[in-house]
Amino acid sequence: MQLITINMNLIFRNLILIFFLIFSFQSIIYANDQQSIKVMSFDEFEPMLYRDTDSVYVVNFWATWCAPCVREIPAFEKLNEMYESKKVKVLLVSLDFPNQLESRVVPFVSDMKVKSEVILLDERNPNRWIPLVSEEWTGAIPATVIYSKDFRAFYQREFYFEELEEIIQPLIN
Amino acid sequence: MKRVSIFLSIIFLTVASFSQGYKVGDVATDFRLKNVDGNYLSMAGYTDAKGFIVIFSCNHCPFVVAYEDRMIELHNEFAPKGFPVIAINPNDPEVEPRDSYELMKVRAEEKGFPFAYVFDDGQKIYPIYGATHTPHVFLLERAGAELKVAYIGGIDDSPRDASQVKERYLANAINALLAGKRPEPSVTRAIGCTIKAKSN
Repeated sequence: MQLITINMNLIFRNLILIFFLIFSFQSIIYANDQQSIKVMSFDEFEPMLYRDTDSVYVVNFWATWCAPCVREIPAFEKLNEMYESKKVKVLLVSLDFPNQLESRVVPFVSDMKVKSEVILLDERNPNRWIPLVSEEWTGAIPATVIYSKDFRAFYQREFYFEELEEIIQPLIN
Repeated sequence: MKRVSIFLSIIFLTVASFSQGYKVGDVATDFRLKNVDGNYLSMAGYTDAKGFIVIFSCNHCPFVVAYEDRMIELHNEFAPKGFPVIAINPNDPEVEPRDSYELMKVRAEEKGFPFAYVFDDGQKIYPIYGATHTPHVFLLERAGAELKVAYIGGIDDSPRDASQVKERYLANAINALLAGKRPEPSVTRAIGCTIKAKSN
């Protein structure tokens, strides 16, 4: 009886060890392969709409379930990559349901190899925060805010890369 | 200079596209659209209605799906008081195949919609109203022979979770009308899926 208990203990310990190994491997893979996606309230996110630096910020509101949003992500990625040296920063704000972060947003960002910063906005009441992004915004996505020190504009529409470039060009030095 | 003018025209076009559509107080047009039961439906056909809860809706949008049960409850609560729900699918099925008329019938059957669910075939109605996304609500009230827009926007303050609702914006607006008062707020915002059209 005692022997069995010892064996069970051993098996249990080994199992824990195996689990530990799997999880640590996974976190290494995650760390190398993809960014971590921060979940934010609007109050935490709001300062990201008003950063006072020399950069041009492109803040895009999207969701994995929004077909036109997904279609324009490559344009934002290209902008982020091509204009990095010109101080253009893209922020992709996901409006996916927070309980789908792991099942939808993380795999999407990983599969698309998204390099732009991604956050997930977790807020109960859109009527409170939508007007704080822009009074013009009725709530349709995709929607984008482009701003710098001397410029601010809101767009409730889908973008092609060339159109984004057209807006960005006069804003960079 | 050319860049500046292109830039200005982009801003102008963006602003122009927002100035279209109804504002609170505007007279709303009636329509004749095919319902999921196969019949054509107009608001003029509802002789007893005091107004209408017009909801631009669809089959595929996760925010619509999250609201379907609440739309049913709204109809059951307010149709007897003179404000039935009419859901209008404004999407082009060639752009979003899940929003075809056939699949509207399937969804209405599955959910047992007690309200009319009509198809804006040819996308003539939603631009007149100025709907931009689904779900997007236009609450109309009868004023003599006309229908006037009394409230525009969302249904309540918790789209993702019905159990977390604290303010029922739309229900409050209808109750205000029933009490002879003006809705406050008369405009709210809610996230939704862009209306699917070929030019987009």
